[in-house]
Amino acid sequence: MTVVRMVDARSVAVSPGPQISLAGVRKYFGGSGFVALDDITVDIPQGQFFVIVGPSGCGKTTLLRILAGLDAQSEGRVEVRQSNPARPTNSMIFQGDSLFPWMTVFDNAAYGLRMRKVREQEVADTVRVWLERIGLWRFRDRYPNQLSGGMKQRVSIVRAFANDPEILLMDEPFSALDEQNKLLLHEELLRIWDATKKTVVFITHSVDEAATLGDRIMVMTANPGRAKAIIDVPFQRPRNVLELRQNPAYGELVFNIWEHLRDEVQRARLSAEASQP
Amino acid sequence: MIGKFSGFERLIGLVTPILLLVIWEIAAQVKLIDVRFFPPPTSIVHQIGVLIASGELAANTLASLRRLALGMLLGGMPALLLGLAMGVSRPLRAAIDPLVSATYPIPKSAILPLVLLIFGLGEMSKVVMVALGAFYPILINTVLGVVNLDKVYLDVGHNYRANRWQVFRTIALPGALPSIMAGIKLAMGMGLILIAISEMVAANDGIGYMIWNSWQVLTVDTMYVGLLVIAILGFVFSLVLDEIERVLIPWRA
Repeated sequence: MTVVRMVDARSVAVSPGPQISLAGVRKYFGGSGFVALDDITVDIPQGQFFVIVGPSGCGKTTLLRILAGLDAQSEGRVEVRQSNPARPTNSMIFQGDSLFPWMTVFDNAAYGLRMRKVREQEVADTVRVWLERIGLWRFRDRYPNQLSGGMKQRVSIVRAFANDPEILLMDEPFSALDEQNKLLLHEELLRIWDATKKTVVFITHSVDEAATLGDRIMVMTANPGRAKAIIDVPFQRPRNVLELRQNPAYGELVFNIWEHLRDEVQRARLSAEASQP
Repeated sequence: MIGKFSGFERLIGLVTPILLLVIWEIAAQVKLIDVRFFPPPTSIVHQIGVLIASGELAANTLASLRRLALGMLLGGMPALLLGLAMGVSRPLRAAIDPLVSATYPIPKSAILPLVLLIFGLGEMSKVVMVALGAFYPILINTVLGVVNLDKVYLDVGHNYRANRWQVFRTIALPGALPSIMAGIKLAMGMGLILIAISEMVAANDGIGYMIWNSWQVLTVDTMYVGLLVIAILGFVFSLVLDEIERVLIPWRA
């Protein structure tokens, strides 16, 4: 197995380490000297559903964009292990509306595969399997503006899964949805994720979402963004989203995360108020 | 079109112009208005028959249509290509944008003498006038269409490892298409204005010439026929462009 340093592609070494390895990752923005991320160090093993939860502006999206290769870190090491060089390292599910309005459901779902020039027959087969799995095959010829918000996000999920990447990155994919839809999509996501067991990095500001989905949860501080705590989630898989919430351990976990988070949210609020004239 | 109307409302909309024509006809017949300026609709209709029979109407309409089509192509194609390139490339935008901003406000009709000087009285000068009018709205709308694309689409493109050409083909071009179509519609209107003006000044055929000539020889009926033809052309063009838009941009429906 090869280790690909996403920033420094020249150094390729062989080691059986974790799927994602971050060491001392910092990100600051040139002119203002604003530190968005400070000394993030964490290893994420293959197949883990890793959730990052933190207050708004804690740099969690920045961290995800660095993992996606859309931004570069200022300092530190970012490694994503690649088991098969033919496969893409990552696919991202973006926050809010990121489907191309000018493509049908099918073409949106096929996007990643087509960009890496997979044979059209194979594209058709793969996309069909995924759209059927998520129950949207009969909507394949619709355009996004003919879909509900929940359906659109399901297509985004399929677009990422169908691309068969090493790791999946999810940037608050359900934040724009109502509670009922969110619950259904959590079940849906867990169902199709259970079938693939891909390594996931999932970003959210919702404590419930973190506890429901994650294997391990990193709580981040705000301004600068640091890792405050990393919490293991004790629940077995496959999980039933509703039953999970009856479990007393669920309440404990949520309480635990909240305790870490509360100070941070308050601190973020204070510093925001202090900066007001 | 200002809005969508129901069947009954459309019927009302049809009644008003007919009523107006009837009032006009009666007023002209009883000499309430000066028929030298406002000939009765029936005599205009009669004049249409005369112009069709003589072949003048067809010849003039075709001459204008030909200049319009060539001018739209001559101005539109470079505008589209340059606009897409400017939309994608910041340096190119920085280089060309001041030129566009500086020359765009010049009324195209004011350039007509210069165009005549350069291209002479032949077909080319009229085609160039239409091309000038078509160039700016298509260029500006194409650039805006690409530049105003939501950044998340480009992020998706990069995340899924689309190369430059793929980003252009799958994101920039289709994303800018609605704006490009809006530019083409504006260009069409501009083209109609400019073809009428150019033919009045420097042509021996075409609808603009027909209108101008009928002023010089005082055949007011013919002048009205010319105006009617231009109005119909504008209406038909907008119908055709709406239909093209529906086919080209199905996600807008």
